[in-house]
Amino acid sequence: MNAGNLQLNRWKDIIFKWYGLLCTLAGVLILIVFLYTIIIDGWDRLNWQFFTSLPSRRPSSAGILVPLLGTLWIMVLTTIIAVPIGVAAAIYLEEYGQKSRFASFIEVNIANLAGVPSIIYGLLALEIFVRIMGLGRSLLSGALTLSLLILPIVIVSTREALKSVPKTIREASFALGATKWQTIWNAVLPSAAGGILTGVILAISRAIGETAPLVVIGAMLYITTIPTHPLDDFSVLPIQIYNWLSRPQKGFIENATAAIIVLLAITFLLNGIAIYLRNKWQSKVKW
Amino acid sequence: MLTTKKSNWKEFIIEKILQFSALISIFTTLGILYVLISESIDFFKEVPLSEFLFDTQWTPLFSEKHFGILPLLSGTLLTSFIAILVAVPVGLSIAIFLNEYAPKSLRKILKPVLEVLAAIPTVVYGYFALMVVTPFLQTFIPNLSGFNALSPGIVMGIMILPMVASLSEDALYAIPYSLREASYGMGATKLQTVFRVLIPSASSGIIVSIILAISRAFGETMIVAIAAGQQPNFTFDPTVPIETITTYIVQVSLGDVVQGSIEYKTIYAAGIALFVLTFILNNISYFIRKKYQKYQL
Repeated sequence: MNAGNLQLNRWKDIIFKWYGLLCTLAGVLILIVFLYTIIIDGWDRLNWQFFTSLPSRRPSSAGILVPLLGTLWIMVLTTIIAVPIGVAAAIYLEEYGQKSRFASFIEVNIANLAGVPSIIYGLLALEIFVRIMGLGRSLLSGALTLSLLILPIVIVSTREALKSVPKTIREASFALGATKWQTIWNAVLPSAAGGILTGVILAISRAIGETAPLVVIGAMLYITTIPTHPLDDFSVLPIQIYNWLSRPQKGFIENATAAIIVLLAITFLLNGIAIYLRNKWQSKVKW
Repeated sequence: MLTTKKSNWKEFIIEKILQFSALISIFTTLGILYVLISESIDFFKEVPLSEFLFDTQWTPLFSEKHFGILPLLSGTLLTSFIAILVAVPVGLSIAIFLNEYAPKSLRKILKPVLEVLAAIPTVVYGYFALMVVTPFLQTFIPNLSGFNALSPGIVMGIMILPMVASLSEDALYAIPYSLREASYGMGATKLQTVFRVLIPSASSGIIVSIILAISRAFGETMIVAIAAGQQPNFTFDPTVPIETITTYIVQVSLGDVVQGSIEYKTIYAAGIALFVLTFILNNISYFIRKKYQKYQL
């Protein structure tokens, strides 16, 4: 190998390094440009009237009260439905059925469900929840739909958290005469709580940003009443944003931008809490 | 003795409750299959499969009805192809840079920032495609229509970028350090090591990331619903309005379609086409991953 070739390879290496940095920074830059444009376009619209007004045909008097409350309702209901089921399923797969054929079949199935497009869940819900169970286009239908959608995420992240609890903790509990469930409830779950909570919050943050399945079950209505009951009709922020974006008037686009700021604020807040918990939990627990 | 018996019962009941929770995922899958198949059977009673697969027009909502999935399929493939063209080269470069070149401190800052891109709701990406990217592209592609496949495709690529980057990074990270040391010991530069040692060793993980990215792009709905135009054109021209399978389902859901009518059944026929596509991709990636875990170095 001659010296020129060697030099050339070194140059290639340096060029690739800068190219890699450029790609990474491009991702960061795009994020900054996106956030900058929505804040510039939507910030002025964010006032008290915007948060407390009902929908309106005039953009300047329309507000996000109904979809904002809808999003909060959906958040609470989805948590109540998805978390117990998801955590229970994860405990079963991780602690009880580890190597059984049944458990591995469920595992393949969950991996598959995680890859099913969200709009397919909408089609499922339209038939099962809205029509057959007769729940209509209610908050409960929406929450059930989103619960099914995030169940694979909750299960996978809970399993990861359970996996990270060392065997010695379980053995110590068994040695004290605890039953399997006592061990799980008193020893394993408290140790895994931080990890489970992080996964749950990320899953909920995914659920409140979801639009397509809710459009399919018919949540895109013009609703002027505040939801007070799980069987009430509803709208959520992403749907309101989509609704406003599909209108030609400029004022509605500005409304959509302002609503995006609110939606992103909620999403980032949830993600921030999740990251904080993850770091805190990781630094606190040392086996 | 009595207490033991009682606690045995309790243990048994709890296990059954947990098992039932795990079964819900099976019920979900069965539910999806049941709904898609039962509604599509009704659809295919009225529309022959050959028309569905080979007719080049999709006009179920017009008076002269055609039921060819090809225009929706071409829209889905076109936007996904553009997205992959953006996400895979850039995502892989980011993975290589962060794993092999970047100092630890920089990596620690950049990784969470890129993960923020994955947390943004898709409807927000749709807004970016429509209001930011399309006008920007129109400045140097003058004949670009206001609704087109190019802009949502690119934005979709940005959306799946973190997924490709993070999955490829995991694959690169899993390679034992000794392989790198052996390559450096032979006098190879980092770049040569990356392309001749690391990428071949991590190839199955990288392929999995690409397949999952394609599957994700097929199923993406809101970006294309907002920015691609909702017009089923059988074309691969990225500058004109198109419609994807997902967008069609949204379009019908928004309208007043009578339940049980043929128009209503079309969304299930479109849904089953989408489900089959993503199901095949997801299973390929699952089995590559399982095989790869078995033979991991």
